[in-house]
Amino acid sequence: MTGLPTSPLPALLVGFPILLAILTLFFRPGVKALVGLAGCLLTALLAFIAFVEVTQRGTVIHTPGGWDPPLGILLRMDALAAVFIGMTALVGGFISLYAWRYLRAQDPATGGYPLFWPLWLFLWAGLNGLFLSNDLFNLFVTIEVISICAVALAVLSGKAGALKAGLRYLLAAITGSMAYLFGVALLYGSTGTLDLDHLGQVLEPGTTTTFALLVVTLGLLIKMAGFPFHFWLPPAHSNALAPVSALLSALVVKGAFYILLRLWMEVFGVGITYAAGQLIGLAGAIAVIWGSWQAFMQTSLKLLVAHSSVAQLGYLLMIFPLLILPPGVTADSADWLSVTWTGGVYQVISHAIAKASFFLSAGIVIMAVGHDRIESLRDLVGNMRITSMAIGLAGVSLIGLPPSGGFVGKWMLLKGILLSGQWWWAPVVVAGSLLTAGYVFMLLRLAFAPAREKEPFRPVPKTLEVVALLLAVSSFLIVFPADYLIQFLENSEIFGSGIEAVLKGGFYGND
Amino acid sequence: METYQIYSITSGVLFVIGMGGVFLSKHFIKKIIATIIMGSGVFLAFVSFAERDALSFADPVPQALVITGIVVAVASAAFALALARRIYQLTGEESFTIEK
Repeated sequence: MTGLPTSPLPALLVGFPILLAILTLFFRPGVKALVGLAGCLLTALLAFIAFVEVTQRGTVIHTPGGWDPPLGILLRMDALAAVFIGMTALVGGFISLYAWRYLRAQDPATGGYPLFWPLWLFLWAGLNGLFLSNDLFNLFVTIEVISICAVALAVLSGKAGALKAGLRYLLAAITGSMAYLFGVALLYGSTGTLDLDHLGQVLEPGTTTTFALLVVTLGLLIKMAGFPFHFWLPPAHSNALAPVSALLSALVVKGAFYILLRLWMEVFGVGITYAAGQLIGLAGAIAVIWGSWQAFMQTSLKLLVAHSSVAQLGYLLMIFPLLILPPGVTADSADWLSVTWTGGVYQVISHAIAKASFFLSAGIVIMAVGHDRIESLRDLVGNMRITSMAIGLAGVSLIGLPPSGGFVGKWMLLKGILLSGQWWWAPVVVAGSLLTAGYVFMLLRLAFAPAREKEPFRPVPKTLEVVALLLAVSSFLIVFPADYLIQFLENSEIFGSGIEAVLKGGFYGND
Repeated sequence: METYQIYSITSGVLFVIGMGGVFLSKHFIKKIIATIIMGSGVFLAFVSFAERDALSFADPVPQALVITGIVVAVASAAFALALARRIYQLTGEESFTIEK
């Protein structure tokens, strides 16, 4: 690890939002929002600088206090971390702008939920910290910071429904992190190290390792609302304020996925069995079908969008079985492997952008008509052109029609499925897209339908509509740098040893 | 049976009891207590792994981790209790009812 260039940026990415979050606490409610917004935009700018730094210099590290591992805790910013941090900055920046205007309009008396800002900055610091961590226990701490801030944000409105959903969310999150921590204890007990790089080298197959893998994966599945642990997500995400729903769906659940991806690809090589991978894939496949079907059956707009998140997270779980070859099979090329995991990362980005736009648009519609029944979308096109367009574009990206970002992600997933020979996942991807098309077109049909009665559309701040549309357009624009992004990820050698091991056979459960 | 094995097995049992409690009970406070029991199991596991045959002294790292873990667990439990209390004040409910 010592050969890598050091940079203060990783430390700043975590420390700066924390400092700002504490700073915002000292201001009056009205000023809080302004300071918070400025802080968010500065953090986004910092993340952008860091992203450029990594594209130019490759992986950079920071050793806080000058202590090298295993004694110190390393912050490492490689290509994967840079991509996730960049995504957080892009989506988070837009949501901050929206939140600033939205919260002021929702609750003018108290200056618009002033506690949103410190909580969101703490959450951002937690996310950045998670992406930069290279240590099992650090990952635990950051994911706890994320969970607590996320629940606090989800209950910000103080309504009974939101509080109940929030408590359910918090209990699920605590259970998930305790399961994860139990796995960490087992891993530490059997290897004596927490550092991911070191762990990947010294971990040996055995009952303890397999059990630790199962508990850690179980905990993270609860945290990322993988089927059948998705029960907490729809109420929590649909009862929150619009910008918070967008943050939770677009960014927070991706944190647990990030840990899962890193652990499965970098650390758990020896413990992974073919069956475990297939099981996670099955959970993902059921989530895709069940979540999309549930979304189709909803009559409330925000619940529809929340169930759609369950389905889209299912796609992410479906990349895990593709990382492991069936017993007795050796491959002569690792084409499918890089397609699969870069496709998964791409799906994360496009879902984050499209879902954020979808939730923000839903918030605008609810603000305009005063309730969130799907019927309220009638004659939307006649009254709110910009928002209808945002819903349409974000929907198209969720379905995965070309030329949207969602198309690239799902196409790469399909390619990975076919190249790896596990064709049985392919119908699920297609069926999920069809069901998604079902509920998106249902919304669009209503948006174009004439109103039954004259329902008043209250005027909505233009800023909100423009931000939602910009995000929706971004979900298409990310297609242009797709080639570059994928190359950037592939060349980063993050999972280099894993790929070689798969080619040799034997490493990933072929024994 | 060596001492640390007794601790390890106890930690597993506590963890399972807690996990069962979280999923099976409906009452807010019972669920919160169940997460605390789960947490105790995990921390006991960490502490029991501090004793290793190669070392003549206890490994200090797990104890540092446990301290951090306890802080996190206390904060989450306090937050959960505050939420439960507020829900009770607003609606008078004290357990999750089956919704839909």
